[in-house]
Amino acid sequence: MGTSAKQPIIEVDRVAKSFGPLTVLNDLSFAVAPGEKLALIGPSGSGKTTILRILMTLETINGGHIRIDGEQLFHMERDGRLLPADERHLHRMRSKIGMVFQLFNLFPHKCVLDNVTLAPILTGRVPRAEAERRAMELLDMVGLADKARAMPAQLSGGQKQRAAIARALALQPKIMLFDEVTSALDPELVEEVLNVMRRLAHETDMTMLLVTHEMSFAHDFADRVLFFDRGRIVEEGGPDDIFRNPREERTQAFLRKIIAAGQRI
Amino acid sequence: MIDWTGYLPLILQGAWVTAQLTVYGCALAFAVAFAAGLGRLSRHGIVRALASVYIEFFRGTSIFVQLFWVYFVLPLFGLTLTPLEAGVLALGLNVGAYAAEVVRGAILTVPKEQYEACTALNLTRRQSLRHIVLPQAFVVMLPTFGNNAIELLKGTAVVSLISLADLTFQAQVVRAQTGSTAFPFLSILLIYFLFALLISLATRGLERRLARGLDGARA
Repeated sequence: MGTSAKQPIIEVDRVAKSFGPLTVLNDLSFAVAPGEKLALIGPSGSGKTTILRILMTLETINGGHIRIDGEQLFHMERDGRLLPADERHLHRMRSKIGMVFQLFNLFPHKCVLDNVTLAPILTGRVPRAEAERRAMELLDMVGLADKARAMPAQLSGGQKQRAAIARALALQPKIMLFDEVTSALDPELVEEVLNVMRRLAHETDMTMLLVTHEMSFAHDFADRVLFFDRGRIVEEGGPDDIFRNPREERTQAFLRKIIAAGQRI
Repeated sequence: MIDWTGYLPLILQGAWVTAQLTVYGCALAFAVAFAAGLGRLSRHGIVRALASVYIEFFRGTSIFVQLFWVYFVLPLFGLTLTPLEAGVLALGLNVGAYAAEVVRGAILTVPKEQYEACTALNLTRRQSLRHIVLPQAFVVMLPTFGNNAIELLKGTAVVSLISLADLTFQAQVVRAQTGSTAFPFLSILLIYFLFALLISLATRGLERRLARGLDGARA
């Protein structure tokens, strides 16, 4: 155990990413310990969502390396050489990672229960009855047991997002990525989603990365906060350090703006 | 006064041939449309090229010429088809080319977020297509598929040119034997219309069933 317990579950090593002429991530490096809850904050366009999408393999990288659980994400090691990952390698790596999206991205033609059981049945080769039993446990945990047969269009935004969280959890990933999961919700529906995430943070040892504009939630939720600006990490530290005593001028300016916009930190 | 009841069986035989042509033709067009429509979206350039050549060729040439090729020219290469087989093949390939573009267009209406959810749930491309993309795209295809099927029904009349005894052919027979134009052409007009109505109602019923729960809204 000794050394392996200290090995990071995510290692981002000098990653670069650009969309055409626009550089989004610039020589980005950070590591995440197993079970750690990490909040990524910063102005929009600072690259925090992009790094989440890269970890989910929804985007490729232009330079650098990423290791998940000690294994290369976008490369395969063959005879000591690094080759670009093929679909099979990506498929195996993705099984360690789940993601919840800002706009839920539920499958509109499937009921809530089928949304949750689809992937375990197709990828995990779990028998339907077993998959449904586990899905009902998850739906119960997110408070949607009575909506199992509802179609997504019949749910409120908060209910959709809780269903999407249950769906991502059904594959039992080691790492969960939350991309601004409350940004599209009406203010009165935000809390029900945050409550589910608080429970998850307390009751599981999953590694969680959270991109958010909810600063007080980031403060409660995170073990560590990374402040992003222009594709780089400007400052990182414990939530008290970042939110109460930010050292960097840009962090201070960002937090002042947030407070001016009416948020409590 | 001629006794029309004697000629009605001729017309009904024609209706049966037209119905067969329509059903088999649609089945072939449906299969070909999905093969070519998906082919145009393939990752492999050669597959895309083959699908494009098929679609452009069959949309760009007349159904008459295609039918004559299938029935009169293919035998020169050793492939002899019955008139019904030739009719089904020509109609199916012709309408399939149009419907392939419907398949492609409908697949492109599925938002990229749905594909991203599939990736995040670690579904393979094939699983995503089969369980997520095609079921949503199919609802979009259906109304136009209904139109394509009616086009095919109306196109079946061309097979009378290769002496297949369909509705139009039988109407000519009755006209030749009785000298009357009104009865045979009025009756086939009604029968074509009833067939088209049947196709319309069937697609609309299916549309309503499949759209249930979607409410036109994306989740």
